[in-house]
Amino acid sequence: MAGKSSTRSEGQFAVGSDVPGKRKGRRREYWTRYRIMRYVLVPWLFLIPILALHAFVVVFPAAQGVFYSFTDWRGIGEAEYIGLRNFEEMIFEDQSYHDALWRNIQWMLFFVTVPFAFALFGSSLLAKVRRGAMFYRTALFMPFILPSIVTATIWRYLYNPRFGLPTLVGYEKALLGQSDTALWSIAFADNWHFWGFLMVLFLTAMQGIPPVLYDAAKVDGANRWQEFWHVTLPGIRPVVLFMLMMVMIWAFLVFDYIFILTGGGPAGATEVLGIDIYKNAFQRFEAGYAAAQGISISIFAGLIVTAFAFLRKRGWEI
Amino acid sequence: MRARPEFFLLKKQRDSRVFNHVFLSILVVFSLGPVVVLAMNSVKSNSELGLNPLGFPQEIRLENFGNAWERGEFERTSKNSVIYVVGTVAAELVLGGLAAYSLARKNPPGANIVMIYLLVASTVPIWLYLVPLFFLWRQLGLLNTYHGLILIYTALNAPFSIFLLRSYLIGLPVELEDAARVDGANELQVLLRIIVPLSWPGFLTVGLVVGLAIWSEFQVALIFVHKPEMFPITTSYFKFTDRFGRDWAMTSAGAFMMIAPVLVLFLALQRRFVEGLTEGGIKF
Repeated sequence: MAGKSSTRSEGQFAVGSDVPGKRKGRRREYWTRYRIMRYVLVPWLFLIPILALHAFVVVFPAAQGVFYSFTDWRGIGEAEYIGLRNFEEMIFEDQSYHDALWRNIQWMLFFVTVPFAFALFGSSLLAKVRRGAMFYRTALFMPFILPSIVTATIWRYLYNPRFGLPTLVGYEKALLGQSDTALWSIAFADNWHFWGFLMVLFLTAMQGIPPVLYDAAKVDGANRWQEFWHVTLPGIRPVVLFMLMMVMIWAFLVFDYIFILTGGGPAGATEVLGIDIYKNAFQRFEAGYAAAQGISISIFAGLIVTAFAFLRKRGWEI
Repeated sequence: MRARPEFFLLKKQRDSRVFNHVFLSILVVFSLGPVVVLAMNSVKSNSELGLNPLGFPQEIRLENFGNAWERGEFERTSKNSVIYVVGTVAAELVLGGLAAYSLARKNPPGANIVMIYLLVASTVPIWLYLVPLFFLWRQLGLLNTYHGLILIYTALNAPFSIFLLRSYLIGLPVELEDAARVDGANELQVLLRIIVPLSWPGFLTVGLVVGLAIWSEFQVALIFVHKPEMFPITTSYFKFTDRFGRDWAMTSAGAFMMIAPVLVLFLALQRRFVEGLTEGGIKF
């Protein structure tokens, strides 16, 4: 790490290599109270406030969550140990959990395809453009900075069955009000907000591809598609794969857009894990069960990370 | 002598440029169109909005903004949001800045473990700790308080802020700090007189990104704040659309008021936003 350079210069008279027999003594001498203060205590004093806060907000409740997942805790009062009962219920009995999990997987399938297609298309167009490149980048990135509540409001309006976008093509059903279209409609609104972010990431990666590769492709007579497939995509592969992994994890966390637009309805058709946990914890007060569900999400995230780590070991460049 | 570069292009290459611009323009319409519709609706009357839902307004009526401001209680909720944003950004810059400085320059024993901890922490799914955290916060009386929410926001944004500030600090030359030390400056003076003045762009980027995240934050605020007088602008707007959802013109005006300051800041400092959000931030 580059940070070492500063301490090195001061530590140059550190461990003496001059007289072997006196080494130990010299070392003890080196760790004077002043040096411990300066190189250990003070730096850690700088680190501790935020680390302690983070541990208190994240690690401590996470550990509590693991504990409560083995209990029938209801948020207040005593928690009774019930072993693996919550997990058994989740895996074998709870149909709403299974349905929710399936919706998260559908959500994931949408988000590893549609935004990636948009972003790859947009960034490969934009990488070739000079004039107006900044304008395009700013405009396409802009939806990403909007709050979820505003994006949701805009799209609720655009999906309106009386005068929204569908009416332009003569479709007069409520996209958000029907079980078979609601989830995809919400996903598309979220995609509108999200894909510009992916595009900028890809664009930055594309700028790192050596131009000679494009020249060589041109000499070989590659067309637009071949150039994309054989030069651009391999060039940005690490970023694409990393973002695939992150998007797959995020697909299990989705909450805002669905809560705002449908709240899980119509008739539970958009109830994903996040909504299910929210209802279990804060409406049905089954906090122990909700904690177990939260752990299941972490396990899915862990599996995804492990799978990508495994593929990397097998020689995929990630 | 210098002709425009297009002059030398083959016809085929010119065609490909036209192709790129045409499709990029379509994408721009897709990205900006919905926001433009929101802006136009915010100045229509409701009767006009029914007849002309997606087109340009016939006349500009600004009373929607006043109505939304009153009935959506934007005065109080935007004040609340500013408190959440300023509190979080201040805590983040001070505490995160201290930690980043320590990691970048002091490299104390255990620094690697801290980095790994932060990396893992930033990918832990929020649902793992959110439910117990709620009941912990309730027990401690931190629900419905400014500091309760600010503490959570500061912690959740800490890994991002520390990473970004650390990488910025590593890029600064060490010689200036050493010179200051030779002149007898103590650690705090080095930090305040040398590091902060030199690295303000890094701090600004972190401040902007974290500020934007808090201004837009919905999920945590929904769970930890139930009293209307403590609502930030996002959850209060959610309740507002719940009540006045039929009044599209007024709710559009409300949404536009919420994003107007964000859009202005974004357009003014867009390079910083984009850099901060894409480089440091595998977030959102």
